Amino acid sequence: MSPTDPTDPTDSTDRDAASAPGALLRVRGLRKSFGPNQVLQSVDLAVGRGHVLALIGPSGSGKTTILRCLNGLELADGGTIDVAAEVSLDFGTPPSKKQLAALRDRSAMVFQHYNLFPHKTVLENVLEGPVVVQRRPKAEVEAEALALLDRVGLSAKKDSYPFELSGGQQQRVGIVRALALRPQLLLFDEPTSSLDPELVGDILRLIKELAVEGWSMVIVTHELEFAREVATEVAFVDGGRIVEHGDPKQMLRNPKEERTRQFLHRLLFPF
Amino acid sequence: MNQSAWELFWTSLGPIVHGAIAGTIPLALASFAIGITLALGLALMRLSRRRWVSGIARVYISIVRGTPLLVQLFVIFYGLPSLGILIDPWPSAVVAFSLNVGGYAAEVIRAAILSVPKGQWEAAYMIGMSHRRALTRIILPQAARVSVPPLSNTFISLVKDTSLASLILVTELFREAQQVAAFSQEFMLLYLEAALVYWVICLGLSSIQSVLEKRLDRYVAH
Repeated sequence: MSPTDPTDPTDSTDRDAASAPGALLRVRGLRKSFGPNQVLQSVDLAVGRGHVLALIGPSGSGKTTILRCLNGLELADGGTIDVAAEVSLDFGTPPSKKQLAALRDRSAMVFQHYNLFPHKTVLENVLEGPVVVQRRPKAEVEAEALALLDRVGLSAKKDSYPFELSGGQQQRVGIVRALALRPQLLLFDEPTSSLDPELVGDILRLIKELAVEGWSMVIVTHELEFAREVATEVAFVDGGRIVEHGDPKQMLRNPKEERTRQFLHRLLFPF
Repeated sequence: MNQSAWELFWTSLGPIVHGAIAGTIPLALASFAIGITLALGLALMRLSRRRWVSGIARVYISIVRGTPLLVQLFVIFYGLPSLGILIDPWPSAVVAFSLNVGGYAAEVIRAAILSVPKGQWEAAYMIGMSHRRALTRIILPQAARVSVPPLSNTFISLVKDTSLASLILVTELFREAQQVAAFSQEFMLLYLEAALVYWVICLGLSSIQSVLEKRLDRYVAH
């Protein structure tokens, strides 16, 4: 299993690769309001191929909205999103359905609450996108899906319905469903926030494996230790803008901005 | 009951059951099928972001729910001929009942669609589905499960309401009972017999409903 555009992760030691011209994802001046409430002020970010960007920040800071804009689940009011050289959206004018479909086609999202289809079995959940939407041959997709399920230890559950699975198992299906779409970019929206504490490790380990394999990702997370170890870059989001971004090992230990410092302190010493 | 009453009961059961099989049941089935289709369209119109589209559906539903079914039936059968539109009893009844079911079931279906969590739409969009495909493959199957109990009630009500069709000369269960009653002058016996047959039909429908609910429940936790 490898992303559609395999990249040797050991090759990506250059921290500035994300801002280099070859970045997989580039976001400029992204703005979004809900009524009078401006949740994204002007967000710039970039993700290089095979890189992992972790978005951290307090709830309500806009980090999930950023992620949702990347998958077209929210329509930004302004700014641009470019994916590789193929998709280029300028939200100055509302995007066409075709443009939006192209944007969604490049990325796949893993949701905080899994959002599996409850009326479909595990295998049907995974096949729905590749077979029904992407119209790939069913036999080929099914073999691939079974291999993915096997990898996450769920091949025995392929005919189960989501309600028969634990939260951790459901989230693994959620990840397999995203992988089966063969996206260029994986988006994780607090993938472990709804899980029992003892199940969190399994999911984080799986995501880390995917990172090592070279998948490009954006992860919204509260797991600082995970961000430090897995992310190639971390961005602190607050008040709808990126307050600070940089190397996770440096930034999480020694942030430059006072707000980042306060946030990290509160997370590390909750009481 | 004396001997002759029993005899009348058994001999009149023939025409009454025939009225149920040839009149009441096909009338209810046809009206329900057309009515549900109409209701789905109306429910989607009600959910439309375009004001005038949802407005039309809203007014329609309001009229249907705000006027008696008997009046609707009479407007179609006795009223329309004065506009030069003559419709036979049977199609008149089907039209009236379908329009009526459409209005009631539309609200049920709309509520069922709204009851599906927003995350289901988002997951459907995420895997690349269009709005239409998300609706038909992801949302409606889940809404169907939610709407089976209330729609079953609508259907059971409809079966009983078809007795109104006797007033526009449709040969159905109640009209058969009325005719035997008029002939034999045994009103109590015949009307109780009609009631009994309606009750048996509705008992059957209730058991079909619970089978259907169990089948649709196979993918939810209990």
